[in-house]
Amino acid sequence: MNNEILTAFINEHTNNSAVCSVDQYDMLNVKINADQLIDLVDGLKNKQGFIYLTDICAAHYPEKVGAEFEVIYHLHNLIENQRVRLKVALAESDINIPTLTVHFVGANWMERETFDFYGVNFVGHPDLRRILNMDDMDYHPLRKQYALEDETRTDKNDTFFGR
Amino acid sequence: MSELIIKSTGQMISTETIDGDIATLNLGPTHPATHGIFQNILKVDGERILSAEPTIGYIHRAFEKLAERRPYNQITPITDRLNYCSSPINNIGWHMTVEKLAGIEVPKRVDYMRVIVMELARIADHLVCNSVIGVDTGALTGFTYMFQEREKIYELYEEICGARLTTNLGRIGGFERDFNDIFHAKLNAFLKEFPVNFDEFDRLLTRNRIFMDRVIGAGPITAERAVEYSFSGPNLRAAGLDYDVRVMNPYSSYQDFDFSIPVGKDGDTYDRFVVRQEEIRQSLSIIRQALDKMPSGDFHANVPEFYLPPKEEVYRSMESLIYHFKIVMGETTIPAGEVYHSVEGANGELGYYLVSDGGRTPYRLHFRRPCFIYYQAYPEMIVDSVLSDAILTMSSMNVIAGELDA
Repeated sequence: MNNEILTAFINEHTNNSAVCSVDQYDMLNVKINADQLIDLVDGLKNKQGFIYLTDICAAHYPEKVGAEFEVIYHLHNLIENQRVRLKVALAESDINIPTLTVHFVGANWMERETFDFYGVNFVGHPDLRRILNMDDMDYHPLRKQYALEDETRTDKNDTFFGR
Repeated sequence: MSELIIKSTGQMISTETIDGDIATLNLGPTHPATHGIFQNILKVDGERILSAEPTIGYIHRAFEKLAERRPYNQITPITDRLNYCSSPINNIGWHMTVEKLAGIEVPKRVDYMRVIVMELARIADHLVCNSVIGVDTGALTGFTYMFQEREKIYELYEEICGARLTTNLGRIGGFERDFNDIFHAKLNAFLKEFPVNFDEFDRLLTRNRIFMDRVIGAGPITAERAVEYSFSGPNLRAAGLDYDVRVMNPYSSYQDFDFSIPVGKDGDTYDRFVVRQEEIRQSLSIIRQALDKMPSGDFHANVPEFYLPPKEEVYRSMESLIYHFKIVMGETTIPAGEVYHSVEGANGELGYYLVSDGGRTPYRLHFRRPCFIYYQAYPEMIVDSVLSDAILTMSSMNVIAGELDA
């Protein structure tokens, strides 16, 4: 298998609605909508042998209005050694995405971690609770609006480098 | 007869009770037998575990958030504190991620030096894990012997980077200094003495009837289930699947070395133990090959934007002064882009997903931490077994609290 065959499969499977691109590190990036995710992962897992879920994480782009959040999946075909990266953009107003725990048991904690840090709601997740942070925390700390340091501090102002 | 049922939350519980008395047992967070800060709320009937609920995050330090404010070279000390039993692998994995993003080619010699250090770290990590399995079965002797050997590996780290546990080893582009004569002398002595002592340790446990009876069948997992849980590293290989990043996606010139990947069959504590024992031998072989074939050349790449110039040049040459200043102040820019790079950590596939917007710090950095991913199978592996097997299963899975909680 290579990126071309996989791109052809994904285009056929999603009726050309997925945006596929190969980056300079030879990784196939696939941008899809949240409602296509389950169907595509199902196809990749059962027809193309992507049986290994490497990773789930998210990223926050506050300046991209309507697509503030991105959930990133890395899948791996262990037999043919092919990796693929799926990206799903989500709006802050509708931050719901179907869970992958139906396909991969191991997605459970990865999705809990993503929920914990970004507040992404994985619809259908069996146990969507915080995992690393305290249960009574009322915000999702990896969002960009939470600065690492208190912005009202003045004792660390650096007039030469602006930080 | 006991019966296993799977609850809607994915938890597996056993219906068996002996006399109907179910007790709740809080195993951890700080219990001497758990080797780290792990809490499991167990429902037990006598000694038999009916259900387990892990709570993690006790030493969460927000590394991914911290990394969004730190320049690239200042993130290396953070990676030390992930799997602190084998920090050099984490450090070098991170350096290679940045090099991949910045398009830096390192000399062959750096690759080989890195391989030696990473395999030393793998040996140290496996030694800790396997000797602690011995401790948990009541065999303290092997632990005391093997910790002396680990000490020698730490002395080798000291020669390369000056530190022992949290090593901050190497730099983006290579090493801070070349291997010196003391290092070579100590490494040669280690390569001569360690196999003798290690064989003694091996004889003490591997075919020991008492040890085998104790660990065979404790905490098993099938290969299918392990893949569904995204296991990696020795735990996956013990279940029978030969996935190793060093072979599958060779980095740092691992393709130049001849070594084999041991696999187990049952995925139980004994298989995990034996797989690690054999991996230690393979690592020794890799180190010997790397020493024999060590190419000549420089111990770092020629990348002045990332690699600190020698101090005496900073005082004499303008360019060195500028680069020194830019690196120390964290003003080095890096191309925008995103990259996933993984290395075979001591306990699994350690991945770095790095998104850069071209600024001085990562825009987003995610660590794919093998322990975090496979520890979620722990309840399933211990349900319907006895409490002492649960302790063994945890130590043989090599769950490191720092990596689990990041």
